[in-house]
Amino acid sequence: MSNSTYSLDERHRQLGLTDDEYARILDRLGRAPNDVELAMLSLMWSEHCGYKHSRRLLRRLPKEGRHVLMGPGENAGAVDVGGGIAVAFKVESHNHPSAVEPFQGAATGVGGILRDVFAVGARPVAVLDSLRFGEPSSSQRSRYLLDQAVAGIGHYGNSIGVPTVGGEIYFESSYEQNCLVNAMCLGLAPHARLIRSAAAGAGNVVVLLGALTGRDGIGGASVLASAELGEGDEAKRPSVQIGDPFTEKKLLECCLELLDRELLVSLQDLGAAGLTSAASEMASGGGVGLTIDLCQIPLREADMEPFEIMVSESQERMLCVARPECVGALLDVCERWEVLATTIGRVTDSGRLQVLHRGNVVADIPVSVLIDDCPLYDLQPVPPSSDLYGGPEAVLSGDESPADTLLALLGSANLASRRPVFEQYDPIVQSRTVRRPDEADAAVLTLPDGSAIAVSIDGNGRRVACDPRLGAAEAVYECSANLACVGAEPLGLTNCLNFGNPEKPHVAWQLTEAVEGLARACEAFGIPVVGGNVSLYNEAPTGPIFPTPVVGMVGKLPSAARAGQMGFAREGDTIALVGPFEPSLVGSELAKLRGQAPVGELPAADAAALRVVHEAIRARVRAGAFRSAHDIAEGGVAVALAECCVAGGLGASVRLPHGLDPFGEAPGRAFIVSGPAEGLTGFVVIGEVGGEVLRIEDLLELAVCDLREARDSGLAEWV
Amino acid sequence: MKFGIVRFPGSCDDIDALQAASRVGDAVLLWHADHDLQGVDAVIVPGGFSYGDYLRAGAIARFAPVMVEVEEFARAGGLVLGICNGFQVLCEAHLLPGALLANVSLKFVFRQVELEVVRGAGPFTGACEAGERLSIPVKHTTGRFYAPDPELDRLEASGQVLLRYAPGQNPNGSLRDIAGVCNESRNVFGLMPHPEHAVDPLGGSVDGVKIFESMRAHVEQHVLA
Repeated sequence: MSNSTYSLDERHRQLGLTDDEYARILDRLGRAPNDVELAMLSLMWSEHCGYKHSRRLLRRLPKEGRHVLMGPGENAGAVDVGGGIAVAFKVESHNHPSAVEPFQGAATGVGGILRDVFAVGARPVAVLDSLRFGEPSSSQRSRYLLDQAVAGIGHYGNSIGVPTVGGEIYFESSYEQNCLVNAMCLGLAPHARLIRSAAAGAGNVVVLLGALTGRDGIGGASVLASAELGEGDEAKRPSVQIGDPFTEKKLLECCLELLDRELLVSLQDLGAAGLTSAASEMASGGGVGLTIDLCQIPLREADMEPFEIMVSESQERMLCVARPECVGALLDVCERWEVLATTIGRVTDSGRLQVLHRGNVVADIPVSVLIDDCPLYDLQPVPPSSDLYGGPEAVLSGDESPADTLLALLGSANLASRRPVFEQYDPIVQSRTVRRPDEADAAVLTLPDGSAIAVSIDGNGRRVACDPRLGAAEAVYECSANLACVGAEPLGLTNCLNFGNPEKPHVAWQLTEAVEGLARACEAFGIPVVGGNVSLYNEAPTGPIFPTPVVGMVGKLPSAARAGQMGFAREGDTIALVGPFEPSLVGSELAKLRGQAPVGELPAADAAALRVVHEAIRARVRAGAFRSAHDIAEGGVAVALAECCVAGGLGASVRLPHGLDPFGEAPGRAFIVSGPAEGLTGFVVIGEVGGEVLRIEDLLELAVCDLREARDSGLAEWV
Repeated sequence: MKFGIVRFPGSCDDIDALQAASRVGDAVLLWHADHDLQGVDAVIVPGGFSYGDYLRAGAIARFAPVMVEVEEFARAGGLVLGICNGFQVLCEAHLLPGALLANVSLKFVFRQVELEVVRGAGPFTGACEAGERLSIPVKHTTGRFYAPDPELDRLEASGQVLLRYAPGQNPNGSLRDIAGVCNESRNVFGLMPHPEHAVDPLGGSVDGVKIFESMRAHVEQHVLA
């Protein structure tokens, strides 16, 4: 089939479809699509909705596990935490909208992930964020993006009453133009309230809930999310949605009440590609068709074109299917919550998505064409022949004393206290939070029976740039280590794969290697992947971002009262170093401060051995053997010790094992624990808690107040 | 002793207040659209972002149907506690003096702060000692207590300032470090810190319980006795 035969114009190219893809559409439909249909198909076949460059690769990730209740493919994955309670969770990116308009981009990123979670029937109980920006010291743009993205996250999360309990931020120049804003949400649901998105039952009614449909976010999935950033991004601002947390708060409460009253057959949020995607996915999931009458849809602007209505990404909307006899009760609940609810269509047995407008059929596409026929591409991975990323400007020469080096690390943007950021978020609303930010390596939330869930999010792009396979695996190790420190057993994870343009061979290689690393680490630790998101084309004219797989992990601990904490707790406690620890400066924060590029071999890891270490830490935290536990991550053992001192307000005297680089890194491999000596048997004792000074023998001696000041000032300068 | 917690659309700390009050008595939710206080002995207007607070914090909520009954209840001497957004609503309703302005930082601030009890007597701080420190979190964008100087003088002279931020702890620029004030009759009290978030030892502090304990003791001694 020749493209030129059919392609009389280039509409499809403007919408981001290739000539081959357009030919495939012609073939599957057996005719040329009209404008509405082409708009719908261009979005469903975009990278953002169709995962066409990543879907085959993602099959590599393990998805089975004994706690899994819902795996990938639903709005959010869910795991069982006992007592008839499920935790649903997912992480998702909102990178390009945030790069164009950071406040609303970040705010609607939070709004979107919250909807994903309550779309499966879970009450959102926690948000975490993973953020990446350029260097704040040298880039006004990065400070602006940081300031506005943080404000946007706070605006949405605080206003809707869902606590922001954790997160992470890294600053690297590769994110200068293309910042990353990934938001993760966890929700709780009784098992019986979990609901899938699959529509069912011909004759059942399709109801649109929530906000008016407007012209915001038109083409966001294809124009913004599936192309590189470049010149003229200002003009893309109309593609960014505007968030309204108050409307979503009412929508959330309304949807949960509808589910509690068993008034819904299925529920789906409207996110990327709006009604087109929501309707297609609901129909596809249930193997049915849907007919939608656009004249019924409440519009913000009366003169909207049919294609605009179908692709609008107006926020705070949900689509649900209900039996006809339930619609009256459904509308009553919505009225009580002041949520707009409109019957807009029916479930059919046609297997087609049919769209009516003023009595005319304006689109009529087999659901299978929208969903299943999206082309899937094999990546063409080729390792880069030269270094992709240069070294940053050197801040340290390497001649500094160990004490000055430690202070510089603590004050660096990547390691400094996140307080100036997390003080802008409400971490305690809903009264479940047992470990707030900075109190422990993972956030901890109580459950009604006194047990608790813990959650951590992590991903160090600098290390993935050094070695995509091992660097990605380290994100899994690190999250598992964080959970171990509070006594939690991992139940499942979600990931967001933030990469550059997958059509470039070296980016394809990074992506392929990183997925392999994630898969192997998950297999070794026995942790299933229950859902996630892929964000590609994160490139600026200067090149791709660091490859940044972000992992969010959820675990469970039997007793909230026994949750571990980070800070040294009592004078005289013994300090031990636990784990197979052979750190190096490759890819480390110190290497960065010395201006070194992210190249070299990361320390090897024996995942099976690590799992045993993590289990041992977890068991002793649960048994109350430790009074503190902290994993050794960026900045190495010296920084980890300093963090334990600052968090607990106590000093320490230690002697490091011979030959151990105090600033070398090997994340997720080892821990600093403290407690009564009898609880630390079998571990390498390195010192004792006490005093007001951190003393590392033959290396440095610094007052805890100086450590705190260095750590507190690092980011405060920029926020 | 039965507490009623008002639930506006956009209330966020309503269930938190319900759970906290339940530690010292019975507690029910009061729906914003109902002209019905369900016979409660004390009303709590909770934190959150009532009606989105897009206009001015608390400005719309004060016109909610249930507020007619809350105002009548307050005029009749019933105990009304406003926490954070609830404080803002009660100021907008003129049940409390002063106003709450944007934080000096113009940013949302969450922080565990130390409060000083100014008056260890009356319906809301009766279970505390004057000068006692309470560790209670704040979380708000619009929490800077403001009143003209003569009004502040009058409030202090009449003992209506019940809580202050301890020296160096003022998170929002509140004038004279005022964290909580009551009305002249002492039966309506508003504060920006969240006592309902300092009731569980797992959360770090249980100092907030004293506010609810004070209310229960007052109602049992003066109303139910």
